[in-house]
This record gives sequence, C-alpha cells and structure tokens, in this order.
Amino acid sequence: MLYEGFVGRSSESVWNIVERDAVRLFAEAIADPSPLYRDEEAAGRSRYGRLLAPPTFPRTFDYGRVEGLQLPPAGLIHGEFRISYRRPLLVGDELLCHLTLKDSYDKRGRRGLLGFLLFERTGEDQEGNLVFTTNDTVVVTEAVRAGIE
Amino acid sequence: MVAPPDWKVGDGLEERTPPPINRDQLRKYAEASGDPNPIHLSDEAAETAGLPGVIAHGMLTVATMGLLLSPYLEHGHVKTFRSRFSGMVFLGDRLRVGGRVTGVDQTAEGRLYTFEVYARRDGDTVASGGIEFLVPHGADGLQP
Repeated sequence: MLYEGFVGRSSESVWNIVERDAVRLFAEAIADPSPLYRDEEAAGRSRYGRLLAPPTFPRTFDYGRVEGLQLPPAGLIHGEFRISYRRPLLVGDELLCHLTLKDSYDKRGRRGLLGFLLFERTGEDQEGNLVFTTNDTVVVTEAVRAGIE
Repeated sequence: MVAPPDWKVGDGLEERTPPPINRDQLRKYAEASGDPNPIHLSDEAAETAGLPGVIAHGMLTVATMGLLLSPYLEHGHVKTFRSRFSGMVFLGDRLRVGGRVTGVDQTAEGRLYTFEVYARRDGDTVASGGIEFLVPHGADGLQP
C-alpha cells in the first residue's frame, strides 16, 4: 500500500477566510450566474443575510500539509468527490481547515495495479463547529506508482 | 427569482448544455481554485502525462452539475454533493448536465430533496453523483 505509514495522519490546521472577490471569481469561472454569489444587496435580502459561496468553493482553501507526505506532482486521478455541509458557507466565514489521509489500499484491475488514497478535509468555524467535510478518492496508476516506489 | 420548489420523486431537472470547454475557462478555473496542475493548461504537460491533450478539472464538472440547483438557492441549499468521475473531459467537449428527484423526506430541519445527477458528453457519462438539497421549514411556503 502506498504511503501506509501516513494513514491516519493529519496536516496542521490553517485558517481560511471566505473572501468576496474570491467567491466572485470562482462563480465566474464555473459560469454560475446566481446573484447570491455576487450581489450584496440581493444576498442581504435573502435568508442568508450575506453573500453565499458555491458548494464546491472549499476546493480553493489551504488545508496545510501532512508532514513528510510527498505526493507525485502529476498524474494523480480524481476518482470520487463528496462534500457534506452542516450549514451553508458564507462570505466572511473564517474557517480552520485541515486534511487527513484516511486510508490507502490497492486494487488490481484491467488497468493494472491501482492505488487508492482517501483524503478527508474539514472546515470548522471560530466556535469550533464543523461547517463542512469533504472526502476525495485519488487514484494512483501503475505508471505513476513506479515513480514513487 | 424562481418559485419555491415542490418537487416529486421522478421529477427531472431541466438539462443544461453550457458552452464547449475552452482554454480561457480552464485558465480562469485554475486561477480561481488555486489548482496549479499544468495538465489543465498546457498541451505539452498533458502529453507528457500520457494524455491526448489538455483535460478539464474534474471539480469543474462537479461545479457544472451544481448549476442544476443554482436557480433554487433562494429557497434552499446543498447539504451533500457527491460525484464519481468516469471519463475525462477535453477541450471543445460540450457537456450536458441533468438530474432527477429520487427522494423527498421531511426532516427536523426541513424538506430534504435527493437528486441523482449526471454530466454527459454525447452518450458517455463523464461524471455521475447525487445532491441532497435542503429547503428549510418556512422557506418553501409548504406545510410540513
């Protein structure tokens, strides 16, 4: 198994701020026209009371690094993504974020020996309440594995 | 602004076909998301990685599926969103995203709608997944 000794290890937590301009740029990049992401007045009148961030916005955050874990710079494949929210993410939120390598396992398939890495990322607000959790499955192909081992 | 949703199991979300993937969008997404991976920006880097050309970010496809519920954000928000990637998306690809309601549940927080969603290029599914969308009590004007 790849990075077996790192399973269960976490990064040091990093503070991230949901900034208005970053949300606007992100909403433009994903071509999402919702006024709730960019129009302060519309957002202020909405039940959120302030600007909302798109559901995939936590992709932009810094989650720190697991000490010593060096992933290959290229060739990793994103297999699955999941995000779960306790509450919507809003502009102005300050979140303490970190990531954990939750699991690593191998499977042999049509495309040879594949490695699977499961990462969990979380964001907590200033009171320590969990706001979101993401789970990503990253696939390491045999060719990429050759460069690691 | 759209009317508050009152979906039933089996209802379909209107399919959307955003413009074909182009370099400018990938550059914008790379900048906005902070993803520096050159396989999304440079033909040379993509070829070195054994790809026939530049590919789109998987998370851009997820965000495109997210457009399906964007018109309803006034009334509710995304609780969970999951996606499994089953194909690569290349420059010039025109994606078609859609979904349908698979569950409507009354919860302590409000009405929770479950959707199956997909992103397809012609007949190929490049991503499929699910969204749980919560319409809090009182936000839909419906009786619990």
